[in-house]
Amino acid sequence: MTAAPEMGPVPDRRRHGRIDVEHFEFWYGKSQSLFDLNLQITPRAVTAFIGPSGCGKSTFLRSINRLNELIPGARRAGMIRLDGENIYQQGMDVVTLRQRVGMVFQRWNPFPKSIYDNVAYGPRINASPSRQELDVVVESALRRAALWDEVKDRLRESALALSGGQQQRLCIARALANDPEVLLLDEPASALDPSATQKIEELVYELKRELTIVIVTHNLQQAARISDRTAFFYLGRLVEMEDTQRLFTSPREERTEAYITGRFG
Amino acid sequence: MSAGAAGRDRAEIRPRASGLARRRGVSVVMVTLTCIAAAIAVVPLLVILGYLLKQGAGALSLDFFTSMPKPVGEEGGGMANAIVGTLMLLGIASMVGLPVGIGAGLYLAERRGTRLANLVRFLADVLNGLPSIVMGIFAWQFLVRPFGHFSALAGGAAIGAMMIPLVTRTTEEMVRTVPQSLREAALALGYPRWRTSLQIVLRTALGGIVTGVLVAVARVAGETAPLLFTAFGNSFWSTNLGQPIAALPLQIFTYAISPYDDWHELAWAGALVLIALVLVISLVARVVTRARHGGGHD
Repeated sequence: MTAAPEMGPVPDRRRHGRIDVEHFEFWYGKSQSLFDLNLQITPRAVTAFIGPSGCGKSTFLRSINRLNELIPGARRAGMIRLDGENIYQQGMDVVTLRQRVGMVFQRWNPFPKSIYDNVAYGPRINASPSRQELDVVVESALRRAALWDEVKDRLRESALALSGGQQQRLCIARALANDPEVLLLDEPASALDPSATQKIEELVYELKRELTIVIVTHNLQQAARISDRTAFFYLGRLVEMEDTQRLFTSPREERTEAYITGRFG
Repeated sequence: MSAGAAGRDRAEIRPRASGLARRRGVSVVMVTLTCIAAAIAVVPLLVILGYLLKQGAGALSLDFFTSMPKPVGEEGGGMANAIVGTLMLLGIASMVGLPVGIGAGLYLAERRGTRLANLVRFLADVLNGLPSIVMGIFAWQFLVRPFGHFSALAGGAAIGAMMIPLVTRTTEEMVRTVPQSLREAALALGYPRWRTSLQIVLRTALGGIVTGVLVAVARVAGETAPLLFTAFGNSFWSTNLGQPIAALPLQIFTYAISPYDDWHELAWAGALVLIALVLVISLVARVVTRARHGGGHD
């Protein structure tokens, strides 16, 4: 890491980013893709979701910020609680929820705007800050995403001119500018080269001091390197969730062991 | 590797190479054919442009743009009123066609698959194929007859209604090209759906939409039939929206069917001006698109 990331705004201590999942199920149309999920996600730690393609880990990740409900025919049952509050209850504002639960996608997707505008997007509509406040928020978010030093002289340039790894960190900065409690990462480094991947991983390691991170990854070494807890999904079910070290060294379930030793998946 | 294996390799490569030569040959032929087709496609435009220049350039002068039509027998005269009239009609048409067309297109793209969207898309296509004379009669029935007189507003509304399906479908196409990942990015930042559609999706697609709008404007600029019963035409200077107004296509029509040679010449000049107007609009559309793609931010 080139510069020590500056702490962002002081997080509200009542908001921890703890996620409790009870009997959560999900359907795309008639086909059920998640079955009776029960788990807790530890606040201020990194939780990795692993499992073969199509096992439902991304679907579940996208249920945590309710991004899935835009898909026609999507249906769910059960409960996901964020700091005790059911995110699917009546009166839960999905816009507020998505500000509290930031998300970064596999394929970086900056807006076709300047670097500055990309980061300022969230705060601009959510908080209507003054020009100076916005400058502070943008700088802080870019520092937290370890991107500030690389872009501080070209904030007005198009975000699309950055390298892939930089664009992905810009997307992280964009999410951080909303000051979320939870950050969802959907295979954030799977399309990046090793050095860009390493930067993302270092960043995740830094960020977990401030927020709860959930990362979906196909890279088992990555899960082992950066996560505190690991959940193994298979065919829409949670097979096993453990401290990462224990899951990788002495899994309880045979299917987990088969997967992490590469016998299937 | 043994000699036998190498020999087998070569034996396998040879037929492939001859197949490659054949495919190259086919490719050259096809490229040539499509190239010829592309050339033929622009021939009508070039012929029309050339002929218009030959016939109409003679009558073009500053006078043509600044002075009013003169009575038969008098020398000179221009189409100033018709040029202004056409621009005004296009302005009215845009006010009618753009909000409805862009809004409908956004709906079709963002709510695709719903029954209403499918119905509207189908009807827009039907409307697109509607003969313009029918649109004229329709506008006459509802916008001219009740008021008892022809008017610029009725004419603008008639060609504005013709713009609607064009703008709707281009907007839909352009909005559909906006990657889903951009929508998700905005939604994941806590953008409400409507803001995502307006600020992210529509803005990203704006370059293409502007091009489509200008193409639609250029397309209706030359419409004559809907104006016959609505704007009606006017030999005098009028910018009153409630009164009949002159328009280039109408003036061309009137002059072209007249028995006077100097009016024929003016009709050619009018046609040249009209096509130049359309060309300019199309060029602006291209420039706008390029400028949009070049700039990184708003």
